[in-house]
Amino acid sequence: MQSVRIAGVGSTAFGVYPGRTGRDLFAEAVRVAIADSGVPRTDIDRLCYGNFVGTVAERQGHQGPLMAEAAGMNGPATRYESACASGGVALRGGVEAVRAGTADVVLVGGMERMNNLSTDQVTAGLAMAADDLYERRAGVTFPGAYALMARAYLDEFGGSREDLAAVAVKNHDHALDNDYAQFQQEITVTDVIDAPTVADPLGLYDACPLTDGASAVVLVSERYAERHNVNAPIAIAGSGQGTDTLALQDRSSFVRTPATERAASDAYADADITPDAVDLLEVHDCFTIAEVLALEGLGLYDTGTALTAAAEGETTADGELPVNLSGGLKAKGHPVGATGVSQVVELSKLLRGDHVNSDAVDDASVAVAHNAGGTVASAVVHVLEVTQ
Amino acid sequence: MTNSKNAGYDDLLDAVDADRGYYLECESGHGSLPPRRVCPKCGSTHLVEKPLPDTGTVSTYTEIQVTTAEFAGETPVVAIADFGPVQLTGRVLAEGNDIALGVRVSPTVTTSQAGERHLAFDYPTRR
Repeated sequence: MQSVRIAGVGSTAFGVYPGRTGRDLFAEAVRVAIADSGVPRTDIDRLCYGNFVGTVAERQGHQGPLMAEAAGMNGPATRYESACASGGVALRGGVEAVRAGTADVVLVGGMERMNNLSTDQVTAGLAMAADDLYERRAGVTFPGAYALMARAYLDEFGGSREDLAAVAVKNHDHALDNDYAQFQQEITVTDVIDAPTVADPLGLYDACPLTDGASAVVLVSERYAERHNVNAPIAIAGSGQGTDTLALQDRSSFVRTPATERAASDAYADADITPDAVDLLEVHDCFTIAEVLALEGLGLYDTGTALTAAAEGETTADGELPVNLSGGLKAKGHPVGATGVSQVVELSKLLRGDHVNSDAVDDASVAVAHNAGGTVASAVVHVLEVTQ
Repeated sequence: MTNSKNAGYDDLLDAVDADRGYYLECESGHGSLPPRRVCPKCGSTHLVEKPLPDTGTVSTYTEIQVTTAEFAGETPVVAIADFGPVQLTGRVLAEGNDIALGVRVSPTVTTSQAGERHLAFDYPTRR
């Protein structure tokens, strides 16, 4: 089995670009990633591409070939869709292709264009990740679904909205110097608590923003890197994916995310590590409660104990286990189909030492990316390791 | 999209509307909701209809302030209620400030502004 290396990474700045087409956003991210890799564009064997609501936002299906054109390549190109985990599953597709030896160079990317839609249109688009019959028709939105989980969590384990707010404050702090982030803006716990309610107990500042953007990475086999003298010091050493019921109502617990648990368990075994080895993480904090559930599902905290991690400083840049040093979905932004790829872009830079926040993790060697879809009906976990 | 029937789901709504709600049960006692051809927990293909309990208990709920167009101008309260063998998601039809964890609700059927029928909850004493 071929070892998978990250040869290059690139992203657009994340933000509000309602007039930019998806193909233009993606082309920019790819151009940066290919330049970063030093790999000739003509050597790309295939494209694995994540996107969720493009059929709604741009009335554009069949985006694989379109984005291959935008990237300037013509190998096999496939769109992966697993709601907000679309980028993560696209990455996993690329990892599997390199490992299987069916490709030596894979371009993995993701893109989402959201701000050309009205708020109710994009809310409806995102709600398509829920069970149409039993959830969406009854009025469940994604903030609503995570609010259902947050209320259950606070009821079962205690804690406060201030504890949740600390997650948002932390991730905004991390994004302050990240020029790729949508919000480079400090907020306080009071700001979070006083923000308008979206779905109680969650308010506007508990939620990630609507974001336009794209990300891309160039994966190469170890064999290719050696033959072509490509500098690719970061390996994707572990990959795992988990699935749960689509509808919350079909789960035995609203405060655990078994899809994350399964994805993490498989990824750690694949990389031959335990959770103790993890130095830093990018996790799927689409809502403040989601970061809490992710840390517990990833085995880094026992169930019911991660709520205070941000408030206690354990997951801040200077804490024991920095989480979402990019700013996370909360502050960096969440262009849905790009997010799972963006996490790996940010982690690669953090590990290589060329991220604005690299100083916070200068001796780190193992990083984890966690990308979730829906109410974590899909979860993808990747383990990145420094090899040189 | 047409207004085609969603077989299984609409049949359940018809039954709930007639106070004859049901769920599906496999021989291992796993409950599920239609449309199903196999038990999602064990894969059994032997599913039979069982009467849905008259009331369930609210496990979690929220009042949604930012809605889709189907609920424009409304702030729907949505809950998940435990009916024993199955849990149901529904819009709470009674006043939102009456809702609380542990409250008992009964299933009913309502229609959104878009004309889509869906499950809802009422309080047993009001029915």
